[in-house]
This record gives sequence, C-alpha cells and structure tokens, in this order.
Amino acid sequence: MKDVLKQLARDLKAEKLRTFLTIFGIVWGTVAISLMLAFGTGLHTQLIKSTAGLGDRIVIAWPGLTSIPFEGLGKGRKIRITDDDLTTARGNVPGLKALSAEYSNNLKVEYGTKTLSVDTSGVAPEFGSMRNLIPQAGGRFIDDIDLAEQRRTAFIGNKLAKDIFGETPAVGKTITVNQSPFLVVGVLVEKDQDSSYSGRDNEKMFIPSTTFRALNGDKYVDNFVFQAAASTDTKAVIEKLRSALGGRLRFDAKDKEALSMWDTTEQFQFFDTFMLAFNAFLGIIGVLTLVVGGIGVSNIMNVVVEERTREIGIKMALGAKQRWILSQFLFETMLVTFLGGAIGFAISLTVCAIFPKLGLAEYVGNPVVSPLVAALTSLALGLVGLVAGYFPARDAARLDPVVAMKL
Amino acid sequence: MTTQNHIIRMDDIRKTYDTGKVKVDALKGIHLEIEKGEMIAIVGPSGSGKSTLMNLIGCLDTPTSGTYEIGGQAVSGVTRDELAEIRNRRVGFVFQAFNLLPHITALENVELPMLFGGIKPAERHKRASELLERVGLGDRLDHKPTELSGGQMQRVAIARALAMEPDIVLADEPTGNLDSSAGGDIMSIFTDLWQQGRTIVIITHDPALSRRASRVVEIHDGRITSDQATNAAA
Repeated sequence: MKDVLKQLARDLKAEKLRTFLTIFGIVWGTVAISLMLAFGTGLHTQLIKSTAGLGDRIVIAWPGLTSIPFEGLGKGRKIRITDDDLTTARGNVPGLKALSAEYSNNLKVEYGTKTLSVDTSGVAPEFGSMRNLIPQAGGRFIDDIDLAEQRRTAFIGNKLAKDIFGETPAVGKTITVNQSPFLVVGVLVEKDQDSSYSGRDNEKMFIPSTTFRALNGDKYVDNFVFQAAASTDTKAVIEKLRSALGGRLRFDAKDKEALSMWDTTEQFQFFDTFMLAFNAFLGIIGVLTLVVGGIGVSNIMNVVVEERTREIGIKMALGAKQRWILSQFLFETMLVTFLGGAIGFAISLTVCAIFPKLGLAEYVGNPVVSPLVAALTSLALGLVGLVAGYFPARDAARLDPVVAMKL
Repeated sequence: MTTQNHIIRMDDIRKTYDTGKVKVDALKGIHLEIEKGEMIAIVGPSGSGKSTLMNLIGCLDTPTSGTYEIGGQAVSGVTRDELAEIRNRRVGFVFQAFNLLPHITALENVELPMLFGGIKPAERHKRASELLERVGLGDRLDHKPTELSGGQMQRVAIARALAMEPDIVLADEPTGNLDSSAGGDIMSIFTDLWQQGRTIVIITHDPALSRRASRVVEIHDGRITSDQATNAAA
C-alpha cells in the first residue's frame, strides 16, 4: 500500500505535463460548473430578496369604484372601507394569517432646524412582519399597546433616519409630526426592495393606524395588506375576502375594480418557474461541460495507458500481479481527481469571495458555491477518467507480458 | 542424476499459436532437463521456436500441452497471478532491450522484483545496493537508466534478475544491443555467476557467448536437434 503510493508519487512527478493536463481538466470542469450554479443560486436569492423587500407573499388591496351594477346599485359607486369592515371580514375568512389597514398621507416632520415632508403610513403591528419591516438592533416596530392607546410612536426608514439624525442614534429621539411630538421607537434595517406602491420603505415613516386617524381625521383606509396562512391558499383567501367585503359593502365579488388587488405571491411563483428554467439551462450547459471535460480527462488517461503498456509489461514480467497494476491506476486517478476538485473548489470560492467587491450584487446577487456540487462534479470527472483509464489498464494487464513489453 | 537436481524438466512440450485462420506449431515436442548449476545456451535461427521456448521456460506463457516443472513446481493450470508469482520467485530475466523503467533510478529498478515479492523496504534497499555493487555499479545507485551506458544498463538488469535469488537466470540475447567490449563484460559477469553456482539459461545466436556455456542446445523448427556438453563444462 505504502509502496503503491510511493510509486504513484514518483510517476506523477515523472509525468508532469500529463498530470498537469489531467488535473487542469478536472479543475476547469469543477470551476465552470460550480461557478455557474453559484451564480444561479446567487441570482435566485437576490430576486427573492428584492421581491421580499416589498413583503413576504402578501396581497395589497385598494378600494376603488364599482364597475358592475349590484343589487340595484349602479356602477361607478365609490367603495369605502373602515377598520370595522376589515375586522368583521377577517372574522369571516379562515386561512388569513395577518391583515392590516394602511392609511397614507404626506406629513410634515420637524426635528431641530430640519423640516421634511415624509410619506407616512398608519398601520397595525402585523404590517411590520408582512412587509418585512425589520427594526435595527435596539429598536422595535409599532406594537399592540401603541395601537390600543393611540400612542405617538414612529418607526422610520433607515434613509429617513439618516436624513434627520445623521449618524447619531434615532431611537428614543422625539420628532414633531404635524405639530405633535412623536417618539422614534425603531429604524428599518437596510433592505433590498425592487418594487413598491407608495415609495421606498427606507424613506417612509410608519405610525399606529389609530394615532394616524386621530391626527388626520381619516375614516377610510387608503389600502390594506394581508397574508394567507399558507401562500398556496392565497387565491382562495382572496376570493373569500372579496365576497366577505362585497357582502358587507354591497359590491359584486367579481368586481375587480371595486377592490383591486396586487398578489405578490404570483411574483414568487414566477421566480420559482423562471429559476427552474434557468437552472435547467445551467444544468444542460453543466452536463455538456462535464462531457467535454470528461472526454479530455479520458483521452489523457487513455494515452497514459498506451504510453505505459510497456512499463506494465515489464512489471508483470518481474512478477507484478494484475491487482497491483490496477490499484496503481486507481490511486492515481483518485489522487488527481481529488487534487483537481480541491483546486477547482478553491478557485470557485476565491471568485465568489472577490465578486461582491465588484458591486454588482444588487442586480445579480452574490454567487454561492455549493461544496456538494463541486464534489459531485470532480467526482463525475474522476469517474470518467477512472473508467477511461481502468479499462485500457486492465486490458494491458491482461496482455502477455512479452507482447506488452514489445509495444 | 536424481530429480532433485533438476531445476527445469520439460516433457513433450508443444506450443501452438492459433491465430484463427492459421495454426502455427512453434514447438513440436520438446524434452529438456536442466540441472542446477548448469550454464546452458539455447541457439537456433530466427523462427526456430527459441523465443517461444524462452517464454515457456520463463513462465511468461504456458504450453499448449506437455508437462513443465520448474524447481519441482508444475506449471500448468495455474492462474495468471500464480504465474506472476512463479516468475517473481524462480526466474530472473535479462532482456536484450534491458527493459528497465526509465523514470526510476538504478537502485529502484533493482528493488522492483522485491517490491512485488513483498520484501521489506530496508531489506530491499540493502540487497539492491549489494547487487549493484557486485556488478560494479556501486557508484551509480541513483542514476536513471537514461544516464547510463548500454553495458551499465544491462548490468543493472542482471542485478535486478538476481534480486529475488531465483532458481534460474534467463537471458534473452543479453549482448544483442551492446558493442563487443560491453558484450564481453556482460559475458564475463554471466561466467562469474555460473562459477558461483547459479543456473543460467542464455538464448543467443552469438557464438562467442554460446562457447562459454557448459552445454549448448540447438533448436530447429520447433525441435531440439542437438544437445551437447562443451569444453567449458570441464
């Protein structure tokens, strides 16, 4: 065993070019496939992340004008929804995980000498988790007590916090909103958001909906946001909510204009489908790369055996058993595969480590190398090399030593 | 003569090569007994079957029919691996084309049969150095074959042939690729080995080499036509 390894090291050293070419073939295949799939994974993650910036598989609904006559009421009637309507409807729709009204207006915010005009939403605590409004350390989102007691608390976007407070901590500071003092309770952690319906969250301010109504005298919601307990049930929940609200506010459940909805789960589904196709595409390219790499590796192994038939013959004449000859080839291929795979994996990791510094993460995400993919790729290439090397080696070991020596 | 002294016993050995279309009878009934301590030259024109005979004696091939014993061990119906083991322990080869492995040193080449024979590394190293010293290459242990002359390469091959203390040393045209001076050196080494009690079988058509043997066997058309002791036998 030790002798086999020693012999092996010597042979690899003696045949530097061949060893290099074989290892290079495996390195190349491993890098190509690892990186391709790494970028695929990175892109997928980034798409999900950007989309999730708006919310976690939520539906946003806006009341509008009826477009279908209903129970003797003509079309073009304005639908107005109150908190009570939503609370009642919620009780009638099973499978609803969270729901929050949203009242919106542009409010004047003052702090020290600064005066800003800020898009503000009055919302319920559930809004935070649905819309992925995650507070930075030391802060919190609007909570149930804020809502119940109409507290003047505010959760502000990270960009807004910078505009008002610069680098100093915002939590605990008091700002003036339409002449009323508000306590800043939380600041949004930075997030990627590729779509919105009322401005980017990082520039917005969120206050309890009860406080908002008291401050502005709003009675009707501007829109509301909800989330199904299971994202696959979203369609059913939408239908139930439509008929619940339609029954109470007297509009046709099929009237898409009376209550228009934006189902963001469709986007997630689209990405899943898109990524499936994308991954299939990468997979095909990957398989082709493997085939090409495999041909390269097997060619080299084949040549190696041909070159070494004489050597095999000599060894057999001197009393080497078939097993000895074959195990040397086996070890050789294993070592070369392992080396090539390890180098390929290291290169892929390096590229993935450097890539984020190029600043393209916002568009294509950061690639993530899967050790499993790298291992499987080099294993597959090694297997091809092994098969390609093993059979000629076995044939050579089966030759008469005399014949093999004369080749 | 008792059976004990016979290193090689061949009885009615036949070898037929069947290429599918043509059947070639290379050996047509060989009877040959070689005693321990003999130096025997097998001579004959090309195509006479002497290479076939050498392959059979060296256990590189098995006969189509007939019985063959080497050192009292029957060589028939054995597997390839068993045949390899017999070669390893009982036969030391010296080839015309040297057949050294080019990438490894002289010392490692000599160690090779011992590697296959399962000898421990320290013992291998010791024995290989001694053998190379004995053939006059004590200062060339770490040279690769490409750095050696033809005569030196053949001496490495002889050292390699002796590594496993074989029953016979089987040499196939050992001077064929050498100039006359280097060839003379190699012949002297064989003579010395014989005088030390080794059994040596040389296949050759070099009269200078066969003259040194104790016995000359001529082979023609697959049959032994002459088997004579020479003056050297005395």
